[in-house]
Amino acid sequence: MAENTAAITESVSLPLQRQRHYNVGVILWRVLLYMVVLWGAVIFAIPFYWMIRTAVMPPYQVNLFPPEWIPDSINFVNFRAPFVGPFPFARWFGNSAIVSVLSSAGVVLSASFVGFGFARLRFPFRNVLFIVVLSTMMLPEHIKLIPTYLLFVKLGWINTVLPLIIPNWFAPPFHVFLMRQFFMTIPQEMDDAAKIDGCGWLGIYGRIHIPLSLPVMGVSAIYQFTFTWNDFLHPLVYLQQVDKYTVALGLRLFEGFMRSNIQDMMASALIAVMPTIVIFFIAQRYFIQGIVMTGVKG
Amino acid sequence: MATLNPAADAGARAPRRKWTPEKREALFGFFFISPWIIGFLVFTLGPMITSLVFGFYRTDLLQIWEAVGFKWFQAVFTDVLVRKAMFNTAYYAFIMVPLSTTLALLIAVLLNQNVKGQSFWRTVYYLPSVVAGAAVAILFKWLYQPDIGLLNSILNPILFRISNFLSLETQLVAPRWVFSQEWAMPSVIIMALWGAGGAMLIFLAGLRGIPTALYEAAKIDGAGPVRQFFSITIPLLTPTILFNVVLNIIASWQVFTQVLIMTQGGPNNATLTMVLHLYNTGFSQFRFGYASAQAWALFLAILVFVLFAIRTSSSWVQYER
Repeated sequence: MAENTAAITESVSLPLQRQRHYNVGVILWRVLLYMVVLWGAVIFAIPFYWMIRTAVMPPYQVNLFPPEWIPDSINFVNFRAPFVGPFPFARWFGNSAIVSVLSSAGVVLSASFVGFGFARLRFPFRNVLFIVVLSTMMLPEHIKLIPTYLLFVKLGWINTVLPLIIPNWFAPPFHVFLMRQFFMTIPQEMDDAAKIDGCGWLGIYGRIHIPLSLPVMGVSAIYQFTFTWNDFLHPLVYLQQVDKYTVALGLRLFEGFMRSNIQDMMASALIAVMPTIVIFFIAQRYFIQGIVMTGVKG
Repeated sequence: MATLNPAADAGARAPRRKWTPEKREALFGFFFISPWIIGFLVFTLGPMITSLVFGFYRTDLLQIWEAVGFKWFQAVFTDVLVRKAMFNTAYYAFIMVPLSTTLALLIAVLLNQNVKGQSFWRTVYYLPSVVAGAAVAILFKWLYQPDIGLLNSILNPILFRISNFLSLETQLVAPRWVFSQEWAMPSVIIMALWGAGGAMLIFLAGLRGIPTALYEAAKIDGAGPVRQFFSITIPLLTPTILFNVVLNIIASWQVFTQVLIMTQGGPNNATLTMVLHLYNTGFSQFRFGYASAQAWALFLAILVFVLFAIRTSSSWVQYER
């Protein structure tokens, strides 16, 4: 800060003199700004557009070269392909939905419970334990992969959805951090008032903190849902039977199978990414507010 | 924290046992964090230690359990394939971290300049990071297809004209992307840059935290936009930059799904990354001991770079506001 103030005060120029250049400069700057934002957005949107364009294109048009940008007609026949093929696509979709919903529910419930403990109660070693939470947040997933795999083999959970869900019911550290940061912003007076009215700790958690923290729970749930839906490594390790696959795994199997049939492939991929997009759009404002509110900072 | 009146507490609830309020609170504290404690022991600390122990065995996790001492940990340094994988992962991370952080920061700063329809642009830039995963890798694999893919069908005519214009003897041709040993890793990086929206959102949140009064003061003092950017925006955003850099380091060193789907580590191991290699070693060749040793080597590499980023941060991160 000290450096900034120095930088600002040292550049004392005459505001009036600058005024003339100012307007032309501002207009040029705004034009340039919008051009960059627009072209950047176009580049970011093209891959998506290409996926949709291919998915709705009539099959004869897809393999034309050079590629055509606009489909002659929009048809949805390609979207039937994944469901009529030899693979249980609908089943994969259902598996992904079960795993993602139950993981999100587990994360929200367990992490808010633990986050409340760290934010509101005093107990020995609290700070040390919270530092452990923060450092495990940075722990790479792969280091735990083989032993947890063995554990789930011993438990007989291979080819079930359990290894993908159950660990999320034990308060993943990132979400504990998110919840705890949010609970810290709830005024202490509310707890005290509830305590005087005879509320125990569980009451304070359930009646005050849960209702007030719905936005951050939303953020947590969306993060986890998206992560689980897109996760590839864990399903790859734990699910070996084709009918137990999640959509992400199934797509890869498809890909080997439908190599020549790109419009069916793109239609399948589009269906596969739809839930995360739909959820993002439904919860968008909520989600972005939540990120601003919890102020994820270093 | 929790400065409650003990008298009020005692009055509200007759203590069933002889516990003081402090002890009760501590007990409840441990009760509340117990899910995390159990999870930490069973799914984090236990597996970490076990994985270190596995590193000393030749094992398929079924019948074979043969102690081999430090063999795997030494092999990590001499095995050509592991070194290749380590190099590739470092290549990816060292390009990806600065590039994606800069890109995310750039987009966030541009969108923060009172751009009309900010929420629309934000959605366009953020959406790709929502769909990261198998579907995106499959999509890009097709966009990268050297002969009929979209990218080269745009690039090749342009390069053709440039070659003609400069009357070059050898015609310029677009790279063969994921099919080319030199371009396979850059292709994976370009695809990953498409997902820079996640970090952008965090930067946007950080930018909102900068008081506008600072910019107004700078404007009165005659500081132009460039001066404002380097004297106000960047210094006040350094904590967010550190946060994004650390997250990005951890994620980059674990790159897996994209390379598995797009290239399976090829061509000629040009995109063989550490997680892909340890996955192959463990789950394809059933050499779980060696895979565990590799996992630890990768973990230590990540740790070194994260600690390096955090340690050096005191010289460039400004925490006071």
